[in-house]
Amino acid sequence: MTGSLQEVPRGDPERRLLKGERSESLGEPARRRLAGFGRTLRDNGFHIGLAETRDAATVLTSPAAIQPASLKPALRALFCATHSDWERFDEIFDAFWLGRNMRQRQILSGMPSAPHAPARRLAEAHVPQQLLELPDHTEQRTDSAETPVDGRGHREGASRTELLTATDLRHIVDPDEIAATHALASRLARIMRVRLVRREQIRKRGRRLDLRRTIHRNISHGGTLVDLAWRRRKIKPLRLVVLLDASGSMSLYTAFFVRFLHGVVDAFREAEAFVFHTRLAHVSPSLRDRDVTRAVEKLSLMAQGIGGGTRIGDSLATFNRWHARRVINSRTAVMIVSDGYDTGAPSQLSVEMRRLRRRCKKIIWLNPLIGWRDYAPQARGMQAALPYIDLFAPAHNLASLAALEPYLARI
Amino acid sequence: MTLKREEIADKLAAAGYVADRDIATALWLMDFLKRPLLLEGEAGVGKTEVGKALAAVHGAELIRLQCYEGLDQNAALYEWNYQRQLLAIKARENIGENADAIEEHIFSEKYLLERPLLAAVRRDKPPVLLIDEVDRADEEFEAFLLELLSDFQVSVPELGTIKATAIPRVVLTSNATRELSDALRRRCLYHYIDFPDVDREAKIIFTRVPGIDATLALQIARMVAAVRKEDLRKVPGVAETLDWAATLFGLEMHDLRQEPEAIYETMICLLKTQEDRARVTREVSARLLGKVA
Repeated sequence: MTGSLQEVPRGDPERRLLKGERSESLGEPARRRLAGFGRTLRDNGFHIGLAETRDAATVLTSPAAIQPASLKPALRALFCATHSDWERFDEIFDAFWLGRNMRQRQILSGMPSAPHAPARRLAEAHVPQQLLELPDHTEQRTDSAETPVDGRGHREGASRTELLTATDLRHIVDPDEIAATHALASRLARIMRVRLVRREQIRKRGRRLDLRRTIHRNISHGGTLVDLAWRRRKIKPLRLVVLLDASGSMSLYTAFFVRFLHGVVDAFREAEAFVFHTRLAHVSPSLRDRDVTRAVEKLSLMAQGIGGGTRIGDSLATFNRWHARRVINSRTAVMIVSDGYDTGAPSQLSVEMRRLRRRCKKIIWLNPLIGWRDYAPQARGMQAALPYIDLFAPAHNLASLAALEPYLARI
Repeated sequence: MTLKREEIADKLAAAGYVADRDIATALWLMDFLKRPLLLEGEAGVGKTEVGKALAAVHGAELIRLQCYEGLDQNAALYEWNYQRQLLAIKARENIGENADAIEEHIFSEKYLLERPLLAAVRRDKPPVLLIDEVDRADEEFEAFLLELLSDFQVSVPELGTIKATAIPRVVLTSNATRELSDALRRRCLYHYIDFPDVDREAKIIFTRVPGIDATLALQIARMVAAVRKEDLRKVPGVAETLDWAATLFGLEMHDLRQEPEAIYETMICLLKTQEDRARVTREVSARLLGKVA
């Protein structure tokens, strides 16, 4: 949707279009200004089609609208589509029409401008640098038995795949293997979605009579209801909200989970993703980018360069306060991926976990450390959170993620 | 037929709706461009009221469709009158009519039950169609609405397409519990309603609670504005303010400073969750009162 709007050729067709309409009284300079205003708004991330510009021209020429006082609210109602548009409109309008700080401020800071990078370059781009540079873990180098280095050439073979799914993600350091792991992760996310849907369809069975269809079918029986039509309860797809810990202690796993996250957001029709370390960031919009490489690159940048520990409690508080209402419904599973090392107060984490528990259907906590030998959830944060968790599961390799699927299907 | 912007503003006021500055322009534009209007804002800022006021402005019928999870076409658009259909089948079979003829007969308009959307396109005089809390409906329903909103026509498979006899004025409201689709947003004009500022809220109280003292109305509005700034789970809306004002008026209060204890106790009108109630303690209430009154 966004793409097709952005592709509207700028300037000329718009002016031509305006000319053709009933805007005879709108002079050429005014038309040009209006087209320019539309362009400026688009540069600031507004989604404006030709219809809006045309309507704007109509409004400008209407005798009822010439008072300047009503011009701004009229154009605002016309051009805005979301609350964020609404909040920025006045500033852009003033800048453009009243010439305040015009040049410098046409593109306001922090606006998501249309991606200017040519698509070809992105398609050619390989796995981004950030993903390749997994932090050094030299003592676990590839000479360990389960990750042979000579995998080149039959990377996609079945046995190879099997091996990769069982290997602790920390131990995968070869760039090729990393790429293969990421491909597996996104495929896994997709498979999870497909299976969920299929199960829903098998489960469907009539619960209520569908009168409309029943009557239609039984007209030939003289209205005697011989052949009944049933109505099935529609099963809403599970919504998945993933909160990914991207702190230093998780860095060995972050790059991999970012990939998994992309797969999940892409495959589940309803999924939202957040990344947190000391703060919480909503990352679904960047993940919706169809270009996997670009999306993962963006996100890895966000998740990168973090020191100063994890504030899980704080991040959850932000989530509960600002995002929960919008992203959580009655069929939402919240998946937290973290090792539970919290530098904040455990009491806060416990309070926020309780709040979250009340809102959603299930809380799943994935902890990569569970896969380690002799692990016990002793971190204080983990202890505080445990009472509110429905499923506490390992996530150190692909097999452990795959094991989640039957659980999600049952929710 | 189209009213001027100033006329709309005047009539809104006459209808008892204290409008924010720009809503009249949006409502005028809606008429002028024949486009639906999407209203967004926090719960309780008076979005639904706009629909009602608009109906009053044009002296039009208000047809309201409350959206909810699982709302489907049967409930929103039309339904067949099954009992009558069954009777008709029996009756006509007895006089020996064949099945095809019966089918044609029972799927005619006579047996059609209007639901809000169908009603809206079949009126002779353009009604105001208020589609309330559209974000609560499923995505499928939203997609279905698109046909109505862009062409003002609906399809009934057994009958064909029904075009609007008079184009209804459509107001959609959303609490943003779910992101609406771009397609829906593109078809609509947009207006964001914020909580009213103190002056406007005082005016609303003054209009809606007849007989209330102007100074008390202003004090209440200030107090509510202060409460809204607290960190609450559910911020009180205009309806809550009006409840509270009516309560205080009923208690024959003339000045908020008069009885701080009564203020604290009646604040249940504003605070509707246990958590918020616990947060606004006697001390907080006294502090807020000290600031505003």
